[in-house]
Amino acid sequence: MATTAKNNKTAPRGTADAMLIHPFSIRRVVKETFDTFSLELEPQSGEKSYKFAPGQFNMLYVYGVGEVPISISGDPTKHKTLIHTTREVGTVTRAMRNLKVGDTLGVRGPFGSSWPVKDAVGNDVVIVAGGIGLAPLRPVIYYILAHREKYGKVVLMYGTRTPEDILFRKDLEKWRSRFDLETLLTVDRATGAWKGNVGVVTTLIGRAPFDPLNCVAMVCGPEIMMRFTVLELQKRGVEEDKTFISMERNMKCGIGLCGHCQLGPTFVCKEGPVYCYRNLKDVFIKREM
Amino acid sequence: MEKLERILKEHPFLAGLDDKYINLLVGCASNVAFKAGEYIFREGEDANHFYFIRHGKVQVETYVPQQGPLIIRTRGEGEIFGWSWLVPPFKWHFDARAVEVTRALALDGKCLRDKCEEDHDLGYEIMKRFALIIAERLEQTRFQLLDIYGNHSKK
Repeated sequence: MATTAKNNKTAPRGTADAMLIHPFSIRRVVKETFDTFSLELEPQSGEKSYKFAPGQFNMLYVYGVGEVPISISGDPTKHKTLIHTTREVGTVTRAMRNLKVGDTLGVRGPFGSSWPVKDAVGNDVVIVAGGIGLAPLRPVIYYILAHREKYGKVVLMYGTRTPEDILFRKDLEKWRSRFDLETLLTVDRATGAWKGNVGVVTTLIGRAPFDPLNCVAMVCGPEIMMRFTVLELQKRGVEEDKTFISMERNMKCGIGLCGHCQLGPTFVCKEGPVYCYRNLKDVFIKREM
Repeated sequence: MEKLERILKEHPFLAGLDDKYINLLVGCASNVAFKAGEYIFREGEDANHFYFIRHGKVQVETYVPQQGPLIIRTRGEGEIFGWSWLVPPFKWHFDARAVEVTRALALDGKCLRDKCEEDHDLGYEIMKRFALIIAERLEQTRFQLLDIYGNHSKK
């Protein structure tokens, strides 16, 4: 079992290449929730395919406004389009939300490490997502479902604040109807109309059907959610070197040069965003970091 | 009775409990079933039971005037719910309603309280187990209160 997240060959290698912005056209805009949206992009340069590994991110540039790192939320087995899902939180993402079909968006990437989907072959896979943390994990689910026979039990546990905040509803409906994927949803609060689970996402872990001694866990969400999730996974007996988390920091260059995203001895844009928990735990629980 | 004994004995909550206490608990236990939407108990009523869910799902809720019921937690198969029977004034603080057809074992808390008073070793074993549940609920509630998911939806 590998103990590190994967550094990817799909990432641009040379500094010049990595800094080059490629124009993409917006093919589709999907409103996921009241403040979250997905953009489906296709390259303008006539490139026929776009490869990335689950967990990687791109720097997206809204011309004249600015550039932000956004994880890729589409299907890594389909190379013709690129999908990004983000929440409207600042100037750039607000401007991004106002873009229409046919508008141009600059793309640099893909950057960073990826979820260990290949190393997880033969194991159960436990995916725990909180809020918009499902976006960088959706490519993992697509990948695993495309190679389903290679994995043991696969469990997705997803928590959001309210039922209105649930992302990718159509996907979740499809996943819930599958017999080879256990999809468990929960929300922190709900009114009487909601018939699903209520409670924090960690409450799902105790009884989820997976073998803790033979599984790989991938966790993404707010850091505090990941902290509690890792503790709960450890209670079930999941080992640190089989637990992976995805970190978010202020990424600017995407290639580990500018230092904006430094987290202890690592740069999140280069060694991350996906880390093996064992390698990060010392800085992960330090409040100064 | 033999089946109740087996169910209780195999439940992780009672793991390691002496057989004589299991037999005692069997005397306080009964099988119950609730239809979807049926209230199991309501806020303010006497809290004289706790439940082992065998099948189904239960939501713990409170009624907010002009908003309707607000769901606080759901409990599913294998879980235990209800600990107000253990602490004075022995009243339910919330409503509990079956989300779907739910089968459970109901333990008579009043009967168990008396037995715990008579035998403090049993009382200690029960308290130890419920302390864990109460601590876990407190931790989960604190986590829930953190409201970690950032921007709030408009609802």
